[in-house]
Amino acid sequence: MTRTRIVRSAEWAYPPRPVNREIREALPVSDEGRPPILFVPGFGHGAWAFAEHWLEHAAARGFPAYAMSLRGHGTSGSAPRTTLRAYVHDVVQVAAGLPRQAVLVGHGAGARVVAGAMGRYPARAGVLVAPVLGGLRTAVAVAARNPAATVPALFGGALRPGRGALFSRSLPSSAARGYAARLGRASRLAQWQLLGTGRDEPPVGNPPVLVIGSPNDRLVPNAALVRAAARFGGAPLPFPGMGHDLMLDVRWAEPLDAILAWLDKG
Amino acid sequence: MTFDSTGWESTGATATIWRGDRPVYDRGETVCVIGAGLTGLAAIKNLREYGFAVDCFERETGVGGLWNWRHARSPVYASTHLVSSKPFSQFPDFPMPDSWPDYPNHAQMLGYLERYADHFGLRDHIWFGTEVTRIEPADGGYWDVTTEVGQRERTSRYAAVVVANGHHWSPNLPAYEGLPEYRGEVIHASAYKDAAQLRGRKVLVVGGGNTGCDIAVEAATQAAKCWHSTRRGYWYAPKYISGRPADQVNDLVAALRLPLRVKQWLFQRVLRRSVGDLTRFGLRRPDHKVYETHPIVNSQLVYYLGHGSIKPVPDVARFDRYGAELTDGQTIDPDLVVLATGYLPRFEFVAPEILGTDADGRPRLHLHAFPPRYPTLSVLGLVQPDSGILPIVHWQSVAFARWLRLRESDPTRASAFWRQSMTGTDDRYTGARVKESVRHWFEIDHVRYLRALQDTLDGLGAK
Repeated sequence: MTRTRIVRSAEWAYPPRPVNREIREALPVSDEGRPPILFVPGFGHGAWAFAEHWLEHAAARGFPAYAMSLRGHGTSGSAPRTTLRAYVHDVVQVAAGLPRQAVLVGHGAGARVVAGAMGRYPARAGVLVAPVLGGLRTAVAVAARNPAATVPALFGGALRPGRGALFSRSLPSSAARGYAARLGRASRLAQWQLLGTGRDEPPVGNPPVLVIGSPNDRLVPNAALVRAAARFGGAPLPFPGMGHDLMLDVRWAEPLDAILAWLDKG
Repeated sequence: MTFDSTGWESTGATATIWRGDRPVYDRGETVCVIGAGLTGLAAIKNLREYGFAVDCFERETGVGGLWNWRHARSPVYASTHLVSSKPFSQFPDFPMPDSWPDYPNHAQMLGYLERYADHFGLRDHIWFGTEVTRIEPADGGYWDVTTEVGQRERTSRYAAVVVANGHHWSPNLPAYEGLPEYRGEVIHASAYKDAAQLRGRKVLVVGGGNTGCDIAVEAATQAAKCWHSTRRGYWYAPKYISGRPADQVNDLVAALRLPLRVKQWLFQRVLRRSVGDLTRFGLRRPDHKVYETHPIVNSQLVYYLGHGSIKPVPDVARFDRYGAELTDGQTIDPDLVVLATGYLPRFEFVAPEILGTDADGRPRLHLHAFPPRYPTLSVLGLVQPDSGILPIVHWQSVAFARWLRLRESDPTRASAFWRQSMTGTDDRYTGARVKESVRHWFEIDHVRYLRALQDTLDGLGAK
C-alpha cells in the first residue's frame, strides 16, 4: 500500500461518468443503532447474489443491509469501458448516500473494489470475503487451476468460473445452474487490472478489517487469503468445504453470522 | 445538545481547577472546536477518527456556518451557486451525489453539510446556541475556553483548540466620503437575499468579486438599471471550457507542474480565446496577470454587458445626497447601493499576540493555520483558495489530529518536527504576486498549498 495522496488532479479532472445504480435493501423492524452494511458483489455478480440470503438474514439480526450492483452488472447502468476506479466510485457513492457511516463488505473482486473504496471513504469497518485482490502471482496460480475460466479473459473475454469453483458439491445442481445462469461479466479493462495489485491507498479513518474465505476456494488460493489478511494486519477466518460464493453456498449462514458477531463485538 | 448545567454535568466535568477566582471545568484530553460550519464539522469528524473526544461550540442553532441561510449572519442569497465544481467542493472522503449538477447551489451545499453531520454522528458533540467569548492558554499546552449561553459564562479546560469561526460573516464596509448624506438605500452584500430587492430600482453594485458579479447579473434582469463599479479590470473565467468545468481543466494543467509564467501565459491565452477582449464591452484591461487576484468565475456577466443591461463603471470617488461621483468624473443617480466589498476576519475571543497578528491585523500562521508558539492551537479554514475549500480544511484537520497524536505518543520526535517544519510563517503558498489587500491575505494556490500539506502529513506519519 502506498501513502494517501492528497493532490488528485487526474481524479478531480476526470470524474467517472454517472450511471444508475441498483441498490437492494432489507431493513430491521426497529432501528437499534447498528451500522448499515453495504454488500459489494464481485465481478459477474449483482446485488441479487446477496439478496438471495444475506440481506434478510443481516436485517433480522438488526443490521440495515444494502446490496449494490457495480456498473455494468445487475440492473445498474451499462458501462462497457470501465476501470476499477469507476467501480470504486460506485461503492463510495452508495456508501456516502447511506444514512450512517457504513460497513463495507466486498466479495471476490468486489473485495478489491472495497479495498480501494476504503481509501476514499472512512468505512466503519471492512470485510473482505474470498478476496480477489489481484497480482500476477495469484493470477498465474488461479489460471493454472482454472484455465478455461480465466484464459479467455486475457483476450477480453469474460472471467467465467465454473459451477464447481463457485459452489460446494452439497449445493443442489439445479440451484447452482440457476445462479450460474445469472452471472454477467465485468469490463475487459477491469479484468486486466486484476493482473496487477494496483496501488491502493491505505484505508482512511483506520477501520478494522476482517478477511474470511474458504481454504478450498479454487479461485482464491489459501496463500492469497493469508496474504490479504496480513496486509490488513490479521489472519483469515476460514470456512472449510465451501466454494467461492460463500453467500450462495448451502452453508451461507455461517460466514455471515461470523461477520455479524465480529461487528457486534467491535 | 442544549447547553444547560444538567447536560454539562453529565459529561463528567467538574470544577476542580481555579483560574484566579474563576472555577474551571476540567475536560481532560478533550479538544475544543469553535464553530460548526464546514470547517468545524470536518475538524470534529477527523479528530474523532483519531480517537479524540470533542466539544464543539456553535453560536447559531444549526450546523452549516455561512451556508446556513436560516441564520441572520449567513451571507448567502437565493441564487448562490458554487463557483468551484463538485470534485473541489466536497470532502475528499464524502462525495456529493452523482445526480447533483457540476455546480451545486447553496441549498444543496447546506443539505450536504447536514448529511455529513448526520452520517458521521457529529451533532452529538456540538453545543448549539453557545458562543465562545475567550480562549486563554493554561499550563502544559492546555486552554481555558470561556463560553456564554444567554448571560451565563463558564470556563472549561481543554487539551487543544481548533478555531473554525470562519471569515465570511463580518462585513467589510469601506468609508466613502459623503456616504452618510446619501439618501438612497445602502446595503452590504451580506444583506442581499433575493432578486426582489432589486426589482425596478436603479442599482449600483460596488465590488468586482464573485458576489459583486453575481448580484450585477441578477440586477441585469431585475433592476431598472445596473451600474457595476470595480476598482480594476479582472480576468473573468467562464464556468465551462469546451463543455467541461473550467476548474477541472485548470487542474489538469496544474498537474503538469509548469512554471508559473508558462501557466499564466497558457491560461491568459485560453481566456482571450474563449472569453475574448473585454475592453470592447467597456471593461478595463486587467492590470495584473491571471492568478494574481482571486479568480472570478462568471460566464453571465459578459453576456449581460453585451445586452447593455450592466454598465461597467470605475471606482466611486464620493457620494452626495442624490448619487455618486465616480473617479472618471461622471455622476450617477442610483437609488440602491449594494456594497459587495467582502468580509473581514475577526477573532475577538483570542489575544492578537497568540495568533502573531501584525500591525495590519493579519495573523501570521504556519500554513495559514498553526501559530508557531502555540502547538495545541490551530486556526482552520482561514484560507482563500483558488478552488473549493472543503478538501483543504479536511486535510488541515487531519494534520492537526495527527500532530496532537504524535505529540502525545512521541514528544521528542514531535518537538523536533515542530521546530523543523512548523514555524515558518512567510510562505504564501502561491507563486503569483498577489495583490496586497485584506481580500488577498489568505489567497493560496490550492495545488501548491496541498503539496505543502502533503509534506506535513507525511512527516507526521499515519497514526
